[in-house]
Amino acid sequence: MALSKEQIAQRIAKEVKNGYYVNLGIGIPTLVANFVRKDIEVDFQSENGVLGMGPFPFEGEEDPDLINAGKQTITTLPGASFFDSAMSFSMIRGQHVDLTILGAMEVSQNGDIANWKIPGKMVKGMGGAMDLVASAENIIVAMMHTNRAGDSKLLKKCSLPLTGVNCVKKIVSNLAVLEIVNNSFKLLERAPGVSIEEIKNATEGNLIIEGDIPEIKF
Amino acid sequence: MINKTVSDVQLACQGVKNGMTFMLGGFGLSGIPENAIAELVRLNVKDVTCISNNAGVDKFGLGLLLQKKQIRKMISSYVGENAEFERQMLSGELEVELIPQGTLAQRCSAAQSGIPAFYTPAGYGTEVAQSKESRVFNGKMHLLEYAFNADFAFIKAWKGDAAGNLIFKGSARNFNPNMCGAAKITVAEVEELVPVGSLDPNQIHIPGIFIQRIFQGNRYEKRIEQLTVRNRN
Repeated sequence: MALSKEQIAQRIAKEVKNGYYVNLGIGIPTLVANFVRKDIEVDFQSENGVLGMGPFPFEGEEDPDLINAGKQTITTLPGASFFDSAMSFSMIRGQHVDLTILGAMEVSQNGDIANWKIPGKMVKGMGGAMDLVASAENIIVAMMHTNRAGDSKLLKKCSLPLTGVNCVKKIVSNLAVLEIVNNSFKLLERAPGVSIEEIKNATEGNLIIEGDIPEIKF
Repeated sequence: MINKTVSDVQLACQGVKNGMTFMLGGFGLSGIPENAIAELVRLNVKDVTCISNNAGVDKFGLGLLLQKKQIRKMISSYVGENAEFERQMLSGELEVELIPQGTLAQRCSAAQSGIPAFYTPAGYGTEVAQSKESRVFNGKMHLLEYAFNADFAFIKAWKGDAAGNLIFKGSARNFNPNMCGAAKITVAEVEELVPVGSLDPNQIHIPGIFIQRIFQGNRYEKRIEQLTVRNRN
């Protein structure tokens, strides 16, 4: 069975380590916060100027002056801080954020990522994604392995306008966990019940398969 | 103490003309200068360039200026929630320059601090890099980006005093402090204009030197774009 969006988030949460400052993108990455182990200390950064983001507020306690980068109402945790946008990107560009988790429309085997524009169709903008991918040391992408038509989104070369080059380190898709090495996607884990053959068929870029590939555990 | 107070938004926006470049603070609808935007709509200034992270929604924020086709060009990082924006952009009526959010913030900050240009890695290898100078620092490619050059900055703070000192609240701070003093004239609107001396100098986020005009906004709607709550149980 391919992973659900929640399960992708749950698997990525295992990559979040004690003491990490983490920036979560919009969509599946936002869900990661729900699955991080409760016994570790992690601070979530939101690029609109919040460090120490907490859960959504209780109904009636929402504050229009307290939102995340997805413009959702949020809360803060004890020890949180607010800052301006330039300082927020000093944290990002200055590599003070340990882990960046974001979504993608396409990733190529050399670690290029495209997630901001479909020419002529979707023009929303890159937001902070280009700053994040250009500077973060540790980038994990949460994505669907194929599009609705069944075409691979893990490619030899991205077809959409790029967000950043040579930057993605790891991918957690609905089918597999993969690492970018030697200009290839190296298969690390597969979704429970998903065959190697299925992953091969869904991956257009070079795929490295070495030894037994374990199933994803949560 | 140099008094920066103006009595109302009309005086605060004096000198605004067609074809000018404006900076507007806010992230989504949070921390936007609601009163200045309403006045710009009333004045019906045309052909303006707006530097703002987002473009509002269809019937609020900068969406109000878009609706009246007052904006010639938008410089933003993300414009996702605005159907009229997308329509004007795809039809070519509206010129749009999409730039990385950190670059946008730093181009404001550079203008504020008298730094004409800076290098950043954001956007290298993408279409953002087209026709920009690039250079290697520490083995990594960077792009040369320029400070903005704007006529007015319209920003919104929580509290301020007649000297122009400002305090922001929560994530409504965002781009507002970076735009203060980044244009020829900075107009600050506040929810509460307090007597000089009542703000603790230790707590001031932006000193009054960056502000030319300050006024208390008549009314703040403070719309929430994405209301997300959790269940009490």
